[in-house]
Amino acid sequence: MIQAFAFYLFAAIVILSGALTVLSRNPVHSVLWLILAFFNAAGLMVLVGAEFIAMLLVIVYVGAVAVLFLFVVMMLDIDFAELRSGFVRYGFFGLLIALVLAGELIIAGGAWSAGAIDIANRTAPVSTDLSNIEAMGALIYSKYLYVFEAAGLVLLVAMIGAIVLTHRERKDVRPQNISDQVKRRPQDAVRNIDQPVGQGVEL
Amino acid sequence: MSIVDSLLLTLPELVLTGAALALMLVAAFVGDKATRFVTLAAIGALIGAAVSLGGRGVGFDGLYSADAFSDFTKLLIYLAAGVSLLLSTRFFAAEDRLRAEYPVLVLLATVGMGMMVSATNLLTLYVGLEMQSLAAYVLASFMRKDVRSAEAGLKYFVLGALASGILLYGISLLYGFSGTTDYHAIARSLADGVNMGELFGIVFVLAGLSFKIAAVPFHMWTPDVYEGAPTPVTTYFGTAPKVAAVALLVRVTIEAMGSAVASWQQILIFTSLASIILGAVGAIGQVNIKRLLAYSSINNIGFVLVGLAAGTEAGVSATLTYMVIYVLMTLGSFACVLQMRGANGVHVEDIQSLAGLSRRQPALAAAFAIFMFSLAGIPPLLGFWAKFVVFDAAVAAGLMPLAAIGIAASTIGAFYYLKIVKIMYFDEPTTEFAPVSSYVESSVIALTAVAVSPIGYLAIPMLGAATAVAAKALF
Repeated sequence: MIQAFAFYLFAAIVILSGALTVLSRNPVHSVLWLILAFFNAAGLMVLVGAEFIAMLLVIVYVGAVAVLFLFVVMMLDIDFAELRSGFVRYGFFGLLIALVLAGELIIAGGAWSAGAIDIANRTAPVSTDLSNIEAMGALIYSKYLYVFEAAGLVLLVAMIGAIVLTHRERKDVRPQNISDQVKRRPQDAVRNIDQPVGQGVEL
Repeated sequence: MSIVDSLLLTLPELVLTGAALALMLVAAFVGDKATRFVTLAAIGALIGAAVSLGGRGVGFDGLYSADAFSDFTKLLIYLAAGVSLLLSTRFFAAEDRLRAEYPVLVLLATVGMGMMVSATNLLTLYVGLEMQSLAAYVLASFMRKDVRSAEAGLKYFVLGALASGILLYGISLLYGFSGTTDYHAIARSLADGVNMGELFGIVFVLAGLSFKIAAVPFHMWTPDVYEGAPTPVTTYFGTAPKVAAVALLVRVTIEAMGSAVASWQQILIFTSLASIILGAVGAIGQVNIKRLLAYSSINNIGFVLVGLAAGTEAGVSATLTYMVIYVLMTLGSFACVLQMRGANGVHVEDIQSLAGLSRRQPALAAAFAIFMFSLAGIPPLLGFWAKFVVFDAAVAAGLMPLAAIGIAASTIGAFYYLKIVKIMYFDEPTTEFAPVSSYVESSVIALTAVAVSPIGYLAIPMLGAATAVAAKALF
């Protein structure tokens, strides 16, 4: 019973907040709705017994990606004076989402402890004796090794691309030259002077 | 099949990946001085990968398949990638953007394409496609100081990400309703009736892939990206990724959706006719040669899809034949576009600057004319044979109306190809071009011109046999 209730709750909120992500005029609102959508998707994952993916969704998407989005959105040309003046309004909005999230956490926890939903048409078997992480690791490093390695290569392409498109040699900076530093000997840099009394130091 | 055997099957990809990693280190330590060496080494790696083709079997539990079809398309992809690398160094040297990372990115994109054409699982398909696309976005905006190039990269990235999203949505629907991502298992699931969810999945997957091959109505990005990207990159985009995406589409439609031909055939018929007509009509008003060739590529994809829409072995074989001839024509015409530079060495893209080319550089004008006549499908040239085989396959599969409308629309296309010939041969000369300075580029033009000339018909029996074997591997 509680699983069915939780499923419809999460599913409805995912769709609703997904729609509001697209529809809301204020980009900050959009990102907040997106976070809500991610959170509810994580709830759905918990319901089907994939708690590891649910945690990943919360940690990676809500924790990293969405916060990154927020930073980017805040760099957009938004009238911040207007935003600050509406702090109470936003505060209420943020508090509302926080309350919804807290409520959902409790519901998800209750549903999870009541056991996963049994999906009728599931073809992939759910292992009972392995934890999520072990099951995924066993698949990723054996059956899906090829795709996993290729995904690593995709990340490498992204890294090379980012460097190619943004790195430039600047003439007006003096970067650290490590080999020059290592090659430098004491006799190049240090001079012993018998400094006579009463005369100025010559550098 | 053990993991070692599976890895040996992917030898071409391993060779390319290893070479890309090694050359990346060279690029990082030696810097841009090494660009020419890295380019040559990358071409060597492509040759090495081509030599290491020939493994047969299904590896990694059905994630990867090496067969005649994948070998044939990979060979074509490596050829296109190698030639566009050959054409790149002089251009980037002239534009003062000779970067050693360029060949590395091309190699990694080619690895992605190899994954695409060998994919027999939706997961491999998606990862391969993303690897290729991600490298392509960077290549499009490679001249980052040029506003048009940056715009091309951004546009390609945003629309490409959208298309990937659509494709992924389709994949998730197919997976959700058929319970598997394996092509053959999906085909078995589709064989006992296509339900609504699977149908939506098929439609979304085809929409995402139509974007990657630039078929109408998902073609909007093509003219802007082709125009903005540096010309050697456009050469690459017009050939290798096209072959890979078409091969991917062929494999998905035939191997995964082959048991539900009726549910995708009408989609392909629509996109094919729309591409032929819109590609032809859109090209008429263009003044930039690269934009015109972009519309020409949309138009050509329409003809390719005519062959695929037939859904038969002959149709697939015709599609592959068309791709081979299309790659030759595209490489040749872009090599000619690379020769369009004013006396001061600045590259120009204005079609009017070709005026009177026949009097200034008769050999270049003749080669360009051969490519244009061939793209238009005028009989003695090889472009006619390409169109002939796809229409032949469509008629044999009972798609007479499709073939009839396609042939009628191809005459619209002939208009703008012939307009370029008219400008080159009958207009008064306006600008003076710098002479062709590179032996590499002039020999690429000469070789492709000979290949698409009537002499190319000598290779038809061999090409026909090879494409037939490749097509047979899918059925």
